[in-house]
Amino acid sequence: MAATLQVSLWRGGTEGRYVDYDVPVRQSQTVLDVVTFVQRHLDSTLSYRFACRVGMCGSCAMTVNGRPRWTCRTHVSKVAADGRLQIGPLENLPVIKDLAADMRQFFEKWQGAKGRFAPSKTRSDPIERILPDSAPRLAANAGIECINCGVCYAACDTVRWNPEYLGPAALNRAWTLVNDVRDAGNIERLTAISASGGCHACHSHQSCQEHCPLALNPTASIAGLKRRTAQAYLRGEIKP
Amino acid sequence: MNVRLYVWQRATAVLLLPLLLLHLLVIFYASRKGLSAADILARTRGSVAWALYYGVFVAAICVHASIGVRTVLAEWTPLPARAVNPAAILFGVLLAMLGFRAVIAVVLP
Repeated sequence: MAATLQVSLWRGGTEGRYVDYDVPVRQSQTVLDVVTFVQRHLDSTLSYRFACRVGMCGSCAMTVNGRPRWTCRTHVSKVAADGRLQIGPLENLPVIKDLAADMRQFFEKWQGAKGRFAPSKTRSDPIERILPDSAPRLAANAGIECINCGVCYAACDTVRWNPEYLGPAALNRAWTLVNDVRDAGNIERLTAISASGGCHACHSHQSCQEHCPLALNPTASIAGLKRRTAQAYLRGEIKP
Repeated sequence: MNVRLYVWQRATAVLLLPLLLLHLLVIFYASRKGLSAADILARTRGSVAWALYYGVFVAAICVHASIGVRTVLAEWTPLPARAVNPAAILFGVLLAMLGFRAVIAVVLP
């Protein structure tokens, strides 16, 4: 690899352009290191978002050479073999400035999918026993590690084509709650995700699971929601 | 698409699968046996079974395809949202007119 990386960064809001920078190559350098170098040494007006730097907080996702990725856990050597990097904000979201995407609609859709735990008991009740190998617990486990980075949302074709679609992360969250035996909000949740823009809008392209940095499979969660909502509809438990 | 449209589309898909296979077998059989139009009409005219079979086939296709076209129109065309449902319904009605016209032509005695 060359001693200098040729880095193209998106500058501006929705209207803007890619601006080129030369960044020295370092050992074990991550894409976030590159962006930070530009901000600290070349142009302090560059805006971007990060917090933990270790793949726990979900705030540093950007589009790196055309793919949505966590920049903190993406080594430059893995994605820029020819010494070139193009880094932009996440797709499918409005741009605030430079590399910072506006995540509001992403989190509003999380609420729209009723991704909030609805307790069925009070603190006076005994703690519910949940067997680790029970089917609902295993189903919830498969999706529960999501950290809301927005990578799946940025990768999703259906989000791109259908602005009201709730998206893979919100629906994956809904699926974990549908499988939470302590939760009391399923009728409301299943009703919300059965409406237009809910789980049935998914085309199962599987870009979400292809791009998820945690190797989760939101498509499988959404398939589970499609089955569960169809059953609830046929039983008359929900009305679209 | 909401759950109602989803259930209709999946249910008609399940119905269409065996009907479509039988339809293909009929085409295969008719062409392999070298049946003429007159031979085919002799079998289908006045037949309640063929009328039912292709009647259900056409009805299922109209429902299934118009729901699919509705999604295509909503996601891939600049058609305003309020025009999507009428356009999809119109497409389904056109399919029904063409389909049932063909069924009537081959089964009416």
